[in-house]
Amino acid sequence: MSPINWFRFASPASFFPLAGKLVPWFAVAAALLAAVGLYLGLIVAPTDAQQGESYRIIFIHVPAAWMSMFIYVVMAFWSAVALALNTRLAGMMVQALAPTGALLTFVALWTGSLWGRPAWGTYWAWDARMTSELILLFLYLGYLALRSAIADSRRADRAGAVLVLVGVINIPIIYFSVRWWNTLHQGATVSLTAAPKMAAIMLTAMAIMAIAAWFYAIAVTLLRVQAIILEREKHTAWAGELAEAR
Amino acid sequence: MTSLTDFLAMGGYGFYVWGAYLVTAAAVVLEVVTVRSRLRNARRVAEDSSEP
Repeated sequence: MSPINWFRFASPASFFPLAGKLVPWFAVAAALLAAVGLYLGLIVAPTDAQQGESYRIIFIHVPAAWMSMFIYVVMAFWSAVALALNTRLAGMMVQALAPTGALLTFVALWTGSLWGRPAWGTYWAWDARMTSELILLFLYLGYLALRSAIADSRRADRAGAVLVLVGVINIPIIYFSVRWWNTLHQGATVSLTAAPKMAAIMLTAMAIMAIAAWFYAIAVTLLRVQAIILEREKHTAWAGELAEAR
Repeated sequence: MTSLTDFLAMGGYGFYVWGAYLVTAAAVVLEVVTVRSRLRNARRVAEDSSEP
């Protein structure tokens, strides 16, 4: 049995079929987990003593907010790889992750706004957590706008990578904002150092929704990276063959 | 069916809860549809423009 040479998958031509094989597994897992998470969160979990039913927004708000930051960190990782090793696939990964990151950042802001109204009496406040999350949305959109302004995709990779790496400073600011400043937004509900401040069933539902969001992001990113590989390598013979083979 | 009505009312927070869930669901559906059509399109273009 020969060991798998993982570096083989660094080439778009060999990563394309691998991504295609992985997509259905992550998509099905995400759908099943979301179904279980929504059932636990919307039907099984009891009414919150303080917030009534409005707290149920947490089951999408927190997973979306976590993913919005996590996807940016993954983009920063691939940007560093793209700049250091100048590999094509790394730049394609950054390009494929950005729209999903932007979408989940929007979802985090939107659901937070609809939760803020019943919880604090306002849809929006310029507090540190919300403002830095809004800046995250602008970073995603800025990256996408910068890419679309540069015709040569390899140059767009490098310019985009620099933007993403400069913007990564915003991630610890978002994460620690509720500790560093006196924010309207509440502190961390779940942390690695303290016992969670919520009931076990609520925590379980939120964790399942978070894993579902994670698998969803992987599935949709792999699907998009397949499209990007074909778009950028369309003049090669192997891209034509890959496009035909399902 | 009172229980369904109660469920949809969300204790008076229906607008906020369903406003959050429905927009999220719409965003996810929209993203999946756009990405799938982008890949379909990319397959067609790659088939046509690659050298034989």
